[in-house]
Amino acid sequence: MLNLDFSFYRWDLISTYVLKGFYFSVFLTFVATLGGIFFGTLLALMRLSGKKWLDFPAAAYVNGMRSVPLVMVILGFFLLVPFLIGRSIGAETSAVVTFICFEAAYFSEIMRAGIQSISRGQVFAGQALGMSYAQNMKLVILPQAFRNMLPVLMTQTIILFQDTSLVYAIGAYDLLKGFETAGKNYGRPEEAYLLAAVVYFVLCYSLSYVVKRLHRRIAIIR
Amino acid sequence: MANWRWEVFCQNTIDNELVAGCFASGRDQTYLQWMLQAWGWTVSVSLSALLLALVVGSIVGTLRTLPDSPWLVRFGNAWVELFRNIPLLVQIFLWYFVLPKLIPPMKSFPPFILVVCALGFFTSSRIAEQLRSGLMALPRGQRYAGMALGLTTAQYYRYVLLPMAYRIIMPPLTSESMNIFKNSAVAFAVSIPELTQFYLQAGEETSAQIEIYIGVVVLYVISAMTINRIMTFIERKIRVPGLVVATGSGGH
Repeated sequence: MLNLDFSFYRWDLISTYVLKGFYFSVFLTFVATLGGIFFGTLLALMRLSGKKWLDFPAAAYVNGMRSVPLVMVILGFFLLVPFLIGRSIGAETSAVVTFICFEAAYFSEIMRAGIQSISRGQVFAGQALGMSYAQNMKLVILPQAFRNMLPVLMTQTIILFQDTSLVYAIGAYDLLKGFETAGKNYGRPEEAYLLAAVVYFVLCYSLSYVVKRLHRRIAIIR
Repeated sequence: MANWRWEVFCQNTIDNELVAGCFASGRDQTYLQWMLQAWGWTVSVSLSALLLALVVGSIVGTLRTLPDSPWLVRFGNAWVELFRNIPLLVQIFLWYFVLPKLIPPMKSFPPFILVVCALGFFTSSRIAEQLRSGLMALPRGQRYAGMALGLTTAQYYRYVLLPMAYRIIMPPLTSESMNIFKNSAVAFAVSIPELTQFYLQAGEETSAQIEIYIGVVVLYVISAMTINRIMTFIERKIRVPGLVVATGSGGH
């Protein structure tokens, strides 16, 4: 019944097929998180600026990105970016660009909620001290907002790590693809998918455990 | 960029001839008809998975809050962690490739069922988590009031706790039901003929990829908006008069 055979999964196989994909998945998660937080903060500031010509395009971008499936966004960028810049780019580069743009929309919603959770008194206090808008944001509001949002940001990063598996759609070589290639080459695709699931589970579960601990610590300090 | 080829939707899928009225009869099919058919697959996969997710998620979410049953609570927690920490695409591969190998009778299952199971169980873990926090958000007095009235555990869940908990979680449930439509796009990986799969195939056949892409995206947005309207309507219908549910957003 359980005719599975994992004996061929040895270190040399892992180092040839899986590690390369693992590095790319981690790299993609890392770059998309940093880029997403950076552009997401800009988008959130645009939406909270109170100026219509800044608010409207940012809101349209965020809502547009959030109403399209990620797979379609990945496929769309892979199709459109070569059109726009006039030459073809690799699946990996396309994936990085897509994830930064896509995650910026999600991170901006998190940042917006975080900034709005800071009480009005803090904003007024900064203004009363004669701070400019930029100073007020940089020195008073954003540091507090980031801290409030840290658990949510990290949870979103875990979801992002899971979502990187969707670059499968354009054939980029990520962790899942690494396992798949190894499984195909050795004629053991089922075992490969099972191992991929175990690896993803262990990584995501331990990360979310860390987030849970962190959440508790921050909750005590506040 | 200016030369759009929107007429591609009126082309016959076999010989690429334009069909008057955009709807071919008999065996023939235009790309528009093919796309609507693909939309049908997306909607039926999503709605079936939503139904499954609601049923399983409700059961698991309730189990996680039961008093004096540590093993049921542990089972519920394990369920949620298992289905939440594996990417949906990998789960679909597990259902499609691995489980039929481990359990031979599953080989005869149609792919539709397997994808609905994958998407449904994946979403069930998220609904279970929401229902649990909804149940925990209720004042403890409600549970005790039910007990004091002599209701059994099943009864006070049925008549006291769950009706309120479902109302509390309507907003996250709404976004989850929109998510399920978006997540159904992942089914393309196992060749379910839904919208994403249609885009990949028709885009390649016609080389009018941008037009087809826009058509597919519009249908996804329409689906998500429709389910959003329906859920908001239900939310308004079942609202308890005079009770404002705190959504947890906003300042101090």
